[in-house]
Amino acid sequence: MSEIPADLKYSKSHEWVREEGGMITVGITDHAQELLGDIVFVELPEVGGEIDLDGECGVIESVKAASDLYAPMAGEIVEVNEALADSPESINETPYDAWVFRIKPTSSDALEQLLDAAAYTEVVEAE
Amino acid sequence: MAELKKTVLNETHHQAGARMVDFSGWEMPLNYGSQVDEHHQVREKAGMFDVSHMVVTDLFGTDSKSYLQRLLANDVARLKSPGKALYSCMLNEQGGVIDDLIIYWMGDDRYRIVTNAATRTVDLAWMQQQLSGLDAQLLEQPEVAMVAVQGPEAREAVLGWLSESSREIVELLERFFAVEVKEGFIARTGYTGEDGFEVMLDAADAVSFWQAMVATGVFPCGLGARDTLRLEAGMMLYGSDMDTDTTPLESALGWTLALEPGDRDFIGRGRLEQQKNEGVKRKLVGLLLEGKGVMRSHQKLLVGDREVGEITSGGFSPTLNRSIAIARIAADIVEGCEVEMRGRRIPVLIGRPLFVRDGKPVNI
Repeated sequence: MSEIPADLKYSKSHEWVREEGGMITVGITDHAQELLGDIVFVELPEVGGEIDLDGECGVIESVKAASDLYAPMAGEIVEVNEALADSPESINETPYDAWVFRIKPTSSDALEQLLDAAAYTEVVEAE
Repeated sequence: MAELKKTVLNETHHQAGARMVDFSGWEMPLNYGSQVDEHHQVREKAGMFDVSHMVVTDLFGTDSKSYLQRLLANDVARLKSPGKALYSCMLNEQGGVIDDLIIYWMGDDRYRIVTNAATRTVDLAWMQQQLSGLDAQLLEQPEVAMVAVQGPEAREAVLGWLSESSREIVELLERFFAVEVKEGFIARTGYTGEDGFEVMLDAADAVSFWQAMVATGVFPCGLGARDTLRLEAGMMLYGSDMDTDTTPLESALGWTLALEPGDRDFIGRGRLEQQKNEGVKRKLVGLLLEGKGVMRSHQKLLVGDREVGEITSGGFSPTLNRSIAIARIAADIVEGCEVEMRGRRIPVLIGRPLFVRDGKPVNI
């Protein structure tokens, strides 16, 4: 069973979300990296771009497949993890440290729409 | 759905935490954690693959040689010393590839043939059909397990496992030769571009052999690494890079065709000669992506508005740390083209399909 930290929020499309001081940090879950296999390339969204809820914002390519990243909340992309360009495998190694991008959300209550760890566990188990 | 077939090593793979997948009806390991790590182990040290799903068939009888000279596009007359291996395509009358195979001449009128698991039923029926009227017999060997131990340290590992008397014999084995010793059938062949052995042994001995290899530091590897290794080595995959709709001339396999002597009437010969005379319109090439991303099978290749071909095997090369592919394109395209990936066009370099050999990058 993959790791699902209790203090994070999740999307059905397997992104994790951490809220810190009004900003949210987004990565992909342990379950997602396991399904993808070795990650070899990450295409990051553009800093400054406005993104809608569930909008495409990047691509993760593994040895197996390419997988789109979706924005778990609407807002502005304020930062991306440039280190992933050189070490995309860090997502496999430490999926909850290897964040991909940060969003300044348009609405502060959007976080409530996301899944908590228990609800996300159900999503994973149903697959 | 029918239950998946299992090799004798199935439980061993599960115990090692392998991620298992359905590979043409067999439950086989995709990886044991990281397929990229497994890939590097084979290039730098030694890795091993359970390939017991492959089909081992022995042939014997006084007409064996003439049978093979009709069945195969390559010529077993090229096998001058016992134990020598030959790579060949088996063609239909239209010159299409039914399967590719390795055949070992074991002396006198005895041969061992290794064919693909995915095409087992079709292959065996075809091979049987061509036997008609000849003094030759095919005997499938389902009780033979096969483990490929590959990499610069692979030979040492296998030699260390053999008894002294066998080791003295196997040590002298040259590349692309096989020998029968009391432990099994040991062939210095493989599908990775590295030195090593393919060890065929009684299924009852396979688990202890596997464990002995693990104990000497040989890394278990899955089909994922096997695919990236063979792709880097420019080795074709049946069903992806060639099939019954393509001839060897369209698949960079002209070197495996023995058109001389001209009176050897092998199946498919007529169509190959016709295609040579008319000019071969498509060819198989190697591609290097000049940008980020990963090329995948079936992506389209373009020059301007003209669609010139399609990727047959694409992926990420751990050795080169970039995306490589094998593609079938129009014969007149020699320089670059573009690949359409996820709605975008990215330039690619075209060269021969060979990227890595004996651990070293090859300039495309």
